[in-house]
Amino acid sequence: MKIHEYQAKAILARYGVPVPRGEVAFNATEAGEIARRLGGGVVVVKAQIHAGGRGKGGGVKLAQSSEEAEARARAMIGMRLVTHQTGPEGRVVLRVLIEEGLKVERELYLSIVIDRASGKPVIMASAAGGMDIEEVAAHTPEKIVRAYIEPGVGVVPFQSRRIGFAIGLSGAQTNKLVKLVGFLYDAFVQTDASMVEINPLVVTGDGQLLALDAKVNFDDNALYRHQDVRDLRDLGEEDPLEIEASKFSLNYIHLDGNIGCMVNGAGLAMATMDIIKLAGGEPANFLDVGGGASAEQIKNAFRILMSDKNVQAVLINIFGGILRCDVLAQGVIGAVRELGVPVPIVIRMEGTNVDEGTRLLRESGMNFTTADSMGEAATKVVQLAR
Amino acid sequence: MAVLIDNHTRLIVQGLTGREGTFHARQAAAYGTTVVGGVTPGKGGTTHEGWPIFDTVHDAVAKTGANASVIFVPPAFAADAVMEAADAAIGVVVCITEGIPTLDMMRAMTFLKSKPATRLVGPNCPGLITAGQAKAGIIPGHICREGRIGIVSKSGTLTYEAIHQLSRLGLGQTTCIGIGGDPLIGTTHIDALELFAADAHTEAVVLIGEIGGSAEEDAAAWIKVNFKKPVVAFIAGQTAPPGRRMGHAGAIIAGGKGTAAEKMAALTAAGVRVVKSPADMGQAVKELVR
Repeated sequence: MKIHEYQAKAILARYGVPVPRGEVAFNATEAGEIARRLGGGVVVVKAQIHAGGRGKGGGVKLAQSSEEAEARARAMIGMRLVTHQTGPEGRVVLRVLIEEGLKVERELYLSIVIDRASGKPVIMASAAGGMDIEEVAAHTPEKIVRAYIEPGVGVVPFQSRRIGFAIGLSGAQTNKLVKLVGFLYDAFVQTDASMVEINPLVVTGDGQLLALDAKVNFDDNALYRHQDVRDLRDLGEEDPLEIEASKFSLNYIHLDGNIGCMVNGAGLAMATMDIIKLAGGEPANFLDVGGGASAEQIKNAFRILMSDKNVQAVLINIFGGILRCDVLAQGVIGAVRELGVPVPIVIRMEGTNVDEGTRLLRESGMNFTTADSMGEAATKVVQLAR
Repeated sequence: MAVLIDNHTRLIVQGLTGREGTFHARQAAAYGTTVVGGVTPGKGGTTHEGWPIFDTVHDAVAKTGANASVIFVPPAFAADAVMEAADAAIGVVVCITEGIPTLDMMRAMTFLKSKPATRLVGPNCPGLITAGQAKAGIIPGHICREGRIGIVSKSGTLTYEAIHQLSRLGLGQTTCIGIGGDPLIGTTHIDALELFAADAHTEAVVLIGEIGGSAEEDAAAWIKVNFKKPVVAFIAGQTAPPGRRMGHAGAIIAGGKGTAAEKMAALTAAGVRVVKSPADMGQAVKELVR
């Protein structure tokens, strides 16, 4: 799960990480008031959307006074912000963060993620702050300093000292970094984050270290034990069909193509998208209906698939290991009868009672096309979607 | 011959009294697996479907001589169950549970480092089946045939697809290992390949990977140097958009890394026969083992 920058900063601040003074505003008047509360001097107005690259897209502006802050916020709230992470459609800005302006000496990078290969959290830091870490990793990997955290031990101060000196901090600044990394790791572990990132971490004119920007992502599997984190979810940042699907434990991801897919199992669902593409088509979605695929689930899945107006044909690919194909067929027939699916449906199913399932589909009098293999199913559905 | 489980396996089911645990314990027994009991804390001393239930894994091992465990407990308790099985020195621990918090798994993996006698398979996996002998997990037995092909896979139903294609072409299997789609897993592709390398009966291997992480690239590097048997590979997620988690917690292209294209290139460079279409896995094996 993702959250906004201002929410991430509030969480980090709660664990002791220094952040600039600031507050979120939902309209221009609030923005002006916040700027006045911050002293009426220079502030930064920052669009709050779940995507990076906001500065380049015009989503981060300096304001010299509270009046200017108000005007900047008025222009920004409601605008469609396009960045390299939003796609061409962009995101509508509905909240802005008003923050004190700082005199920045240096911009650094600092993050903690789980390293999959070692199974440990890894601290990553770089003197090249303000850049995408992926870009730094791709072009100048030697500029990234790493320290692996022993899960049972936690961050040891020497690790943070090594990082501090490696990215060119002074002794006094490194002492501040040691504390900051400790706080950051506390936040990471105690909120079940999957990533905490401070980019840039700035050194100010008076030698302070602050998180000028912050990003925190959470492990979805651990949200059940963090009500406070769940409360931060902003549904406005998510695809409406994906929100609807999540209510029924359906794993749905909206894509750009015209062939709707309904599959059991995540790997097979990805493979089904792949084979559609190989056959010359474009998948409209990823959809894993799960292992059970009950009649109710199939109905919900159809409803969501058909809410996407681009869908011109549907491919159902079910490998019924435990699930019986005759039960599946009944579910599909029932759902189509009830919902009246207006596009061609290709069904490929395999597993227990497949012959009985195929007979039910054939004798239903409905317009189903059946296929014996994934390859055949993909070819047929691509033809029907033309 | 086979790897990890066979007809000497004595299996306990952690969470046997639950709906999933009961169903799959029955299925495993029907397949011929020696299921010796179950563990449900608080229900020790009772029986369920004829199987003795124990409060702890230690009790179950002491009373039944269990040497393998399959875990069907809810995500919040699953890492605990893994560690308990390891502490009781169970040799093969298969965790089916999906949705375990990553930090819980991280702790469990750290714990497992001090328990070298235990191999964890999973979590978030379909488990293991040795054709004609035993199964620990949810892979349907009726699609398997005895034979000489090993399978190692991150995905459940895609594994069934591979088994089905092979069986249909008359190519049976030794052991099918579902290693799971989570970011942190016990048995990796390389671990499974090491087992297959040492198994005289496994003639060729199907390796199924998916986007995310670098396990397939690591496997490719290892195969190039160490693995002499033919390998057919398929990588799911060739069309997956970056930055989106495709069902499995570990299936995500992050920061341009973990793409199917990179994995396929690495495997191809290692001499692996990589198929673009999931429909071609069986046929490719047939061509290689002829």
